[in-house]
Amino acid sequence: MNDRLDPAARRVVNESGIEIQPLYTQEDVERSGGFGFIGEPGAYPFVRGIHPLMYRHRPYTMRQYTGFGNPEDTNKRFKYLIANGQTGLNVAFDLPTQCGLDSDDTLAQGEVGRVGMAVDTLRDFEIAFADIDLERITVSLTINGAAPQLIAMYLAMAEKRGYDVRKLRGTAQNDILKEFIGRGTWIYPVDPSVKLVGDTIEYCAQQAPKYSPVSVCGYHIRESGADPAQEMAYAFCIAKAYADEAIARGLDVDEFAGRLSFNFNVFGNIFEQVAKFRAGRGLWAKIVKEHFGARKPESGWLRMIAGGGGGGLTFEQPEVNIVRGAYYALIAALAGAQTTALCCYDEAYTIPTEYAQRISLRTMQLLLEEMGLADTVDPLGGSWYVETLTNQMRQRMEQVMAEVDAEGGIKKLVAEGEIQARVSAQAYRMQRAIESGEFRKVGVNCYRVEQTEELQVQMHPYNEDDARRQIAGLNDTRATREASRVGSALRAVREAARDGSNVMPAVVEAVKAYATVGEITQHLVEVYGRYREPVRF
Amino acid sequence: MSRAKPIKVLLAKPGLDGHDQGAKVVARALMDAGMEVIYTGLRQTPEAVARIAQQEDVDVIALSSMAGSHLPFCEKLKALLEQAGLSDKLWVIGGNLPKQDHDRLHGLGFKGIFPSSSRLADIVNFIEAHAS
Repeated sequence: MNDRLDPAARRVVNESGIEIQPLYTQEDVERSGGFGFIGEPGAYPFVRGIHPLMYRHRPYTMRQYTGFGNPEDTNKRFKYLIANGQTGLNVAFDLPTQCGLDSDDTLAQGEVGRVGMAVDTLRDFEIAFADIDLERITVSLTINGAAPQLIAMYLAMAEKRGYDVRKLRGTAQNDILKEFIGRGTWIYPVDPSVKLVGDTIEYCAQQAPKYSPVSVCGYHIRESGADPAQEMAYAFCIAKAYADEAIARGLDVDEFAGRLSFNFNVFGNIFEQVAKFRAGRGLWAKIVKEHFGARKPESGWLRMIAGGGGGGLTFEQPEVNIVRGAYYALIAALAGAQTTALCCYDEAYTIPTEYAQRISLRTMQLLLEEMGLADTVDPLGGSWYVETLTNQMRQRMEQVMAEVDAEGGIKKLVAEGEIQARVSAQAYRMQRAIESGEFRKVGVNCYRVEQTEELQVQMHPYNEDDARRQIAGLNDTRATREASRVGSALRAVREAARDGSNVMPAVVEAVKAYATVGEITQHLVEVYGRYREPVRF
Repeated sequence: MSRAKPIKVLLAKPGLDGHDQGAKVVARALMDAGMEVIYTGLRQTPEAVARIAQQEDVDVIALSSMAGSHLPFCEKLKALLEQAGLSDKLWVIGGNLPKQDHDRLHGLGFKGIFPSSSRLADIVNFIEAHAS
């Protein structure tokens, strides 16, 4: 049939390695595994969505990634976004905070407040979230290496403001294994790093049961060069490693699995992406039920933020990124994401302006308000093409996961730098394919323009004074806190690390005593040591 | 090419920036072009970059910076490279480098500046033409 349509048809293979046909029929769905695994929305295996009514019941949360300079600056931007209809916050921290350093550390010079908000003590959280209703606006913290400190700060700040921590919702990224693969804000070696993730899962399951302590990220693995099937498969391998860690300390899977969340990317082929999310939902539900023996259906929900798309945006003709972003938002909506966010059109250049952030927000809003994306659950369900691809994507993911298991598991492959080497080899192949024109990128290797006019991008100003103000505030906090309380709290953190117990209760106490991010890190480093990167590429 | 030995390149990730996809892609391209590449991995201080460059006797010192701290880093590095007698080596930098900073980077001694969207072939050709 293909031949009859076009004997000269070029072979089309998607990024995940699946050959795409010019036409799909019901037979293709049957051949790929049938409709049997799909089910109904809100019912196992949740391929069509984790809720029966999806966006009819609650539209996706819109949560642009934001943070820069001091907590005062970031608080203003938060309020701007909320005033414009944003329904959640996603906080960007500067690199010293992410790497567990105080703003006055010599290694922090030149980096304070540059790519995110600087945080040293609980006082910074009190300022950053001032006047924000933490019940109405849920907060996601993009923090990994220093996650124990910042989760503790968030809970302590909310408690101080009178919220019941047992009812508090929110998310921390806290996915350290992917930091070793891409993004790079690791601190301790792999084993204690994973142990700390286990500590946060256990602590939250007991003390803050509505809080999501981990958001497992395929996102950055994809940005580092993984294909869409690998993105999801590696993320599931990582999520399994955290679940194993939690179970090893005696937690029941149903006590924590429902609070695991996920973060995936949306750039690429629309149909491959939508199939990826549908397939992933089914596969994760199956793993949680069959591998971990969960009894509660919601333990297997793939709750996710799907968004970003930075890896697909281009430096060339940046205004065209507004259009790319619109398609990425469409993908997230068609995929049934719980939360979405978009990288802004100017983000290949700079921290986005308010104007660029508003365009991204409006893009997500108009899908809900004008385009009918909230009307019907899983609108692509039943498409012979999408159902076939959903089956095939699931099989590819299962194959990738089986390979990881056969090679010794994700922790070992990450510690050896093997996954890193694999995805960077793919990133190189993709860059070569873009430069040769084999993989088309509009404005990059076709439809180029000579940019004679000034680019429509306004650079975010970096204020050298931010670092001085931040350090002055830090010194002020150090001078006014109760030194003996800080000292004994920090010793308790080190002792908890040394005897292998959960460090979180001690970290929470230290944070409440206004111990700094860097002080707590330093006390943990004394026990755990620092990660030594296996330099492979 | 008339060189007896392959061009030796130190490729470093300065500061706390963890975005290493670009650096690793460039490292592979330089190796495919026959160069010897020493990639430092993440979190290098100016002192470490200068020390490794001297110890390894490299022809080219290349930085990949994506998180905006390139100017303060390069100012410190310039002084250290000069002290170490490495002024005659080829210094290049790539990454997220706003146009408004290019003159200052040139002024600091970075001959090659490769902002996001640069092509691998252009980076390779530049280094082959300018490494002494």
